[in-house]
Amino acid sequence: MNHLDKLENKSIHILREAYANFKNLCMLWSIGKDSTVLLWLARKAFFGHVPFPLVHIDTHYKIPEMIEYRDRLAMEWGLDMIYGENREALDKKLTYPDGNVSRLECCRLLKTEALKNTLNGKWPRYRLNHAKGVYEIDRNTEPFTGVIVGVRADEEGSRSKERYFSPRDKNSDWDIGDQPPEFWGQFKTDFAPGTHLRIHPLLDWTELDIWEYIKRENIPTVSLYYDHGDGKRYRSLGCWPCTFPVESDAKNVDDIIIELKSGKFANIAERSGRAQDKEDGGGLEELRKGGYM
Amino acid sequence: MANGEILHNRRDLVSKQDMNIVIVGHVDHGKSTVIGRLLADTNSLPEGKLEQVKEICRRNSKPFEYAFLLDALKDEQAQGITIDTARCFFQTEKRNYIIIDAPGHVEFLKNMVTGASRAEAALLVIDAGEGIQENSRRHGYMLSMLGIKQVCVLVNKMDLVDYSEKPFRRIEKQYRRFLKKVDVEPVCFIPVSAREGENIANHSEKMPWYKGMNVLEVLDSFRSEELPEDKPFRMPVQDVYKFTKGGDNRRIIAGTIETGKISVGDEVVFYPSGKRTRIKSIEGFNREPATTIGAGWATGFTITEQIYIKRGELMCRADELKPKVTGRLLVNLFWLGKNPLVMGKDYYLKLGTAKVGMRVEEIRNVIDASTLAGRKKDQVDRNEVAECILSLDRHIAFDLTGDIAQTSRFVIVDDYEISGGGIVISDLEDQTSWVRDKVLLRNYKWIGSEISAEARAMKYRHGSALILITGEKHSPRKELGRALEKQLFDDGKLVYYLGMGSVLYGVDADLIDHELIIPSRQEHIRRLTEVAHIMLDAGMIFIISARELTAEDYDVICTGIPPEKVTVIWVGEEKTTDIPVTMHIENIDNLDECVSLIRERIHL
Repeated sequence: MNHLDKLENKSIHILREAYANFKNLCMLWSIGKDSTVLLWLARKAFFGHVPFPLVHIDTHYKIPEMIEYRDRLAMEWGLDMIYGENREALDKKLTYPDGNVSRLECCRLLKTEALKNTLNGKWPRYRLNHAKGVYEIDRNTEPFTGVIVGVRADEEGSRSKERYFSPRDKNSDWDIGDQPPEFWGQFKTDFAPGTHLRIHPLLDWTELDIWEYIKRENIPTVSLYYDHGDGKRYRSLGCWPCTFPVESDAKNVDDIIIELKSGKFANIAERSGRAQDKEDGGGLEELRKGGYM
Repeated sequence: MANGEILHNRRDLVSKQDMNIVIVGHVDHGKSTVIGRLLADTNSLPEGKLEQVKEICRRNSKPFEYAFLLDALKDEQAQGITIDTARCFFQTEKRNYIIIDAPGHVEFLKNMVTGASRAEAALLVIDAGEGIQENSRRHGYMLSMLGIKQVCVLVNKMDLVDYSEKPFRRIEKQYRRFLKKVDVEPVCFIPVSAREGENIANHSEKMPWYKGMNVLEVLDSFRSEELPEDKPFRMPVQDVYKFTKGGDNRRIIAGTIETGKISVGDEVVFYPSGKRTRIKSIEGFNREPATTIGAGWATGFTITEQIYIKRGELMCRADELKPKVTGRLLVNLFWLGKNPLVMGKDYYLKLGTAKVGMRVEEIRNVIDASTLAGRKKDQVDRNEVAECILSLDRHIAFDLTGDIAQTSRFVIVDDYEISGGGIVISDLEDQTSWVRDKVLLRNYKWIGSEISAEARAMKYRHGSALILITGEKHSPRKELGRALEKQLFDDGKLVYYLGMGSVLYGVDADLIDHELIIPSRQEHIRRLTEVAHIMLDAGMIFIISARELTAEDYDVICTGIPPEKVTVIWVGEEKTTDIPVTMHIENIDNLDECVSLIRERIHL
């Protein structure tokens, strides 16, 4: 069993534990490479099926190609696709691109708040109707009690301390100082009413593992990750006003793997193209404690 | 933050092996300094990082320490102690290492356990000046309980004892003796000074009396944990999938193989049910079809017989060691919970994929994990280790730690939280052991039919069920049973009513003649259960009326028949036994009304 096999099997085991233990389970799909690998692992775990809905938070500032890619795969793979949004903030133009709030506040409103209220069912959810090929308001407003998320421990400091099954309290807050023990492949699957669990099957994967696995499994990815001749590509995907491409001439998966191995980015964090992380010393950790992914 | 960059710095990793190492030991004995040194001396730090941290220290007039390199989080820095496990990466020529930094503070033992259980080997750090402390021993004990075999002890801060051999040997001697008691054979003891970098990556000139390996050499000498394929096959069933909606008719038994190997065509037995079948295929997605598969794989199987299996069973090979099946266990456990483990309280036990209600029957001995002193107590407090007898609500399948460690491990859930863990030392008899042995053999020897239970249910338009109608002597049990039978029959259902007395002179004739009764009541119930089992296998709704059935009777019945198939109805004003009931009918004024009520309640 090689390195990727080990990672794959562990992730599949975690996905199946999540499915066996949570009635209201969903998986967050950001359309990025990590959560797409996670989606692929779900298809592996359930033998070609994905037996729970995928949730995407649409900030309406995503790069358009991401949405096209999302809906194409959703139709092709028969995914139960749901999206949520912060309609109020968008209508009131409380966004960074509108010039009314800071980057961090924009993230909090369009992502964290939208996510919280989509998961707890308080705001409308839009579900893909496969027969018609359109999104319709979902009548099911039950809160999700298990949320599968594609975070990796190597992304930044706070994520290196996550559990595979990580509890969130009634306000979606994360108590980093008091996390449950996790050993012998046994996870926290019991939870008090009103609380929920985040499930992290990709915790042990690195950025390079992700790309090596995409190559091995031939997983379709958004073309924004590749250079199309201008010497630039995205290393991490987000909203267009706050995500910038990196200098790179990697044109395909192989090029990216070589680039990562060569150490070109060895000293540059993967999220360095994400402006919100830099606004304050611990931007991402603060966002995460409040429910950000 | 700094740690993100350290963590990120992981080049050229796929060609080499990975190994998880945990660093444990008492608080302030220098774990973080050892890690900082390992990162620095293997050039695993991002460029300029070391200089940057040194510069920050200079500006704050604080002496530089290698441990600062790891102070990743704000609240961690504020407390100055590692509160949770953090991972960082470095590499040698041979391997990529993932170092798990486990907290040394006693409050955070649960985090130490979390970190250590992910590791294949451990470095245990002891301060040469302070010597062996409470957590040096406690962590040593926990490594033993967690099953980590490769342990190297670093006697750190040798610079503070003038690099002299005597204190090192003294600690080595004492600590070896301790480890022997908890059944850990250390790989070696190394005298080091992490702060000065002695014997970390070099061979210290300051300690010429030490001729052994340095820390990096020891790490490279650790063996990668081999997948336990040479042990008997064990797979806890995680789920049985049938994604009919997705146009898929495969019925796949899914799980992760703990130990052993299996091939298509092999005969398998599921425990605790004892049901037997053969492997038809090994399933996968976007993967070459396999004919053999072994330990470590999260996989799935289709089987040749149409048998009913559910999550929580243990899949084993018929030609290998059988697992143990019982509802009473003698165990060694460690307790991490905020509230103590006490007798009489309801807990859950999780072993493999089985989850079952549990109580502590007896606390035999409580051991202070740092002194190994044992004493009799009526509760197990946080961070203590104890030998206990656990009594489960239902029997489960497992192995003894001496046979297969992987399937002897369990955790205990107290009020939503995993609060303890342990290993099974011995299986003890429970009240229904005598019935269970017979049921296991019956299931093992059962000659299956071509017609599946699902096919029967489709044909008859209902599943099989056992309805027990019980109550006091003069309660109208029989009348209700017969009325229920009649109505269901008139509705076209396959149904049969049997009064318990009817069994007495036929099936039980020998019990009556010779009075050679084990407890006769129990054997009587067991035989009735076997009759019911046959009727249910035939796809029937089977109604039995019996006088004052007890919880003990119910346990015997549910040993022979899946509890989810059994409905208990108590008839009469007052419930006079301890049997758990689905429905209690106090007055029967109108039989038909009662029958309707029952049918509504159990969806028939």
